[in-house]
Amino acid sequence: MPPLGLADLVAGAVVLGLTAYVLLAGADFGGGVWDLFASGPRREHQRSLIAHAIAPVWEANHVWLILVIVLLFTCFPPAFSRLTIALHVPLSLVLLGIVLRGSAFIFRSYAPEYSTEQRSWGRVFAIASLVTPVLLGVALGAIAAGQVNRPSGRGFVEDYLAPWASPFTASVGAFTLALFAFLAAVYLTVESRESDLQEDFRKRALAAGGAVFVTAFLTLLLAWRESPLVWHGLTASARAIPVHLVTGTAAILAFWGLWSRRYRVARVAPAAQVVGIVWGWALAQYPYILPPTLTLQDAAAPHITLKLVSIGLGVGAVVLLPSLWYLFRVFKR
Amino acid sequence: MSDLFAARSQMAISLAFHILFAVVGIGMPLLMVVAERRWLATKDPIDLELAKRWSKGTAILFAVGAVSGTVLSFELGLLWPGFMELAGPLIGLPFSLEGFAFFTEAIFLGIYLYGWDRIPPRAHLLAGVMVAVSGAVSGIFVVLVNAWMNAPTGFELVNGAITNIDPIKALQSPAAFQQTLHMTLAAYAATGFAVAGIHALLLLREPMNTFHRRALAIALLVGAPAALLQPISGDISARNVARYQPAKLAAMEALFETRRSAPLLLGGWPDMETRTVRYGIEIPAGLSLLAAHDPDAEIAGLDQFPREDWPHVPTVHVAFQVMVGLGTAMALVALWVIWTVARRRQIAEHPLLLKALAVCAPFGFIAIEAGWTVTEVGRQPWVVHGVLRTADAVTPMPGLTYTLAGFTLLYVLLGIVVVWMLYSQIIKSPRDQDWHRIYSPAAATRPATEAR
Repeated sequence: MPPLGLADLVAGAVVLGLTAYVLLAGADFGGGVWDLFASGPRREHQRSLIAHAIAPVWEANHVWLILVIVLLFTCFPPAFSRLTIALHVPLSLVLLGIVLRGSAFIFRSYAPEYSTEQRSWGRVFAIASLVTPVLLGVALGAIAAGQVNRPSGRGFVEDYLAPWASPFTASVGAFTLALFAFLAAVYLTVESRESDLQEDFRKRALAAGGAVFVTAFLTLLLAWRESPLVWHGLTASARAIPVHLVTGTAAILAFWGLWSRRYRVARVAPAAQVVGIVWGWALAQYPYILPPTLTLQDAAAPHITLKLVSIGLGVGAVVLLPSLWYLFRVFKR
Repeated sequence: MSDLFAARSQMAISLAFHILFAVVGIGMPLLMVVAERRWLATKDPIDLELAKRWSKGTAILFAVGAVSGTVLSFELGLLWPGFMELAGPLIGLPFSLEGFAFFTEAIFLGIYLYGWDRIPPRAHLLAGVMVAVSGAVSGIFVVLVNAWMNAPTGFELVNGAITNIDPIKALQSPAAFQQTLHMTLAAYAATGFAVAGIHALLLLREPMNTFHRRALAIALLVGAPAALLQPISGDISARNVARYQPAKLAAMEALFETRRSAPLLLGGWPDMETRTVRYGIEIPAGLSLLAAHDPDAEIAGLDQFPREDWPHVPTVHVAFQVMVGLGTAMALVALWVIWTVARRRQIAEHPLLLKALAVCAPFGFIAIEAGWTVTEVGRQPWVVHGVLRTADAVTPMPGLTYTLAGFTLLYVLLGIVVVWMLYSQIIKSPRDQDWHRIYSPAAATRPATEAR
């Protein structure tokens, strides 16, 4: 293996940004899912807890995605251009979902209390929160499966639908949704001050955790049948195996924490699980940015760009990290 | 509709939609901060109510701005992958820095909106200042990218390929200073005038309403100086365009033939086939005077450029006329405001001035749309001036008319909802029970729990 270079460093920053996006914005999407499935005698309580948890932070959480996109097009331009061409359809739908989710959330917050208007926006927010993670997962699944290539010119279906429309990508979509819902339910157990409400979200977290397990298993099964590239990366990559072990341990800890109502443990463990999943995937496909043909090195921008962006990231972090720390200290103690 | 035209239309609609919210995201935080600073000094509850109402409006507009901005960052690739592949390494640096500025803005806006009773008043004001500063800075970074597209620097062109790139040089495009200055002033002028105009309209109905009087004063404090400085910044811009983008200047002025002592054209409809202008008024030597500060100067006409390198002249010319006309009107009204204040007269008791302000309310935003039309349509057929043609940058994906239709529908609906929300939540005069709340001692000493 060649020594790690600047391209690897910046790619690491991209994966770090994606991890933060999943951990934070993922949970905001998951919150919307639980808004949709709010039920029982404390239905409105559940909804208002979710709204209070999301409101001060969702916009900041959302910016991680923009950072990932900007780093991609700056540091790996050919990869970005291939992605946006081959995945034009699902990415456009993701955008539609992002716009509807964000605007409907803010419209609901400022609509007259208990009005039909407010309820309708709540619906839009919740449905967009459910659909967007699935589409995002589908797009990521297409990358992992090595389907993102230059258009062959064989037609719309072959070039623009086939890369992302498969049972495997669908199951990655379902897995992403389950993961986001799981994260949200776990965080909400810590957020709630009432034990009844805490219990509601504990049950939801356990259910979503089960869904994560089932969809993960399904994804693995489909990878084995359909996508040897992913199967090989997940099972045979020496770099990724230790990370998978961490993921598995964290998953067990998360269940144990939820089961025994140790919510602080239950909050840290799923977070560790998500970090393990994202990095496990990234390491499994390393050194490729778009497997099976485009490596990080081949896609990397000129050295000067990578150098300046790395400096920019360092300077930016000096501003960003204390600000983020302050935001979460004020609202998420 | 061709896919290229659909892609251009989708980009135009996305930008035209987003710019309104981006501008408000730069201007409104300054208004909130001024009102809150006043409240800290005077403890006048009206100032607090203003800061809170404005922050409500900002919350709605910022959220829509944030998501529509995300659409744009994706669309750069979804619609123009050829552009991003070529330009990404060069202009990614300002985009990355903009990412951090936007991050800061989003973080401190969250703290500002939801932190009224969670942090000390001084810290709260400081959070507002952070929002205002990072909003302005992120606008500047984005405009730097556009300046590079208009007057690209920091690379060598070898057989159509960009090599030997210098991203720091790319930040120093000759258009950088004038464009960032012009846009930042425009943001403050447009927001200030829009808010002032709305409250002027309401003051015409209720002249004694102290709430609207205070709002008007703060809005004009921000809007009037910016509107007054804008013509100067416009002059710098015009001379810069004349030097670095002569084809754009020729289209702006519908100057088909290269001339000494070129006249300034007011109004008129250019005909690209016959290369003439109908119904315009010419001011002798006006253009030479403005573009070169010399009445005899020679100004390059469109005849200097091959026909396929012309932008659509009528669009650029009309948009330019609209921008300059509205900007001039705003500057004159700003002068009127300053004259009135200097003579220690109350603006609120001057119905004619109030009417003028009410009429000017949308002018800044229309002028901004027109100005971006000049910049963007005026650069065509290039996406990067002289380097990459728009037609060569577009995605190979077919059927772009459908995505265009989808996003147009989405933005039209969102626009309607936002206008309705702002009207019902923020602009309407406080009702009797609101007044009671504003003036009750509890509300004055302890801010309500949340700004929602």
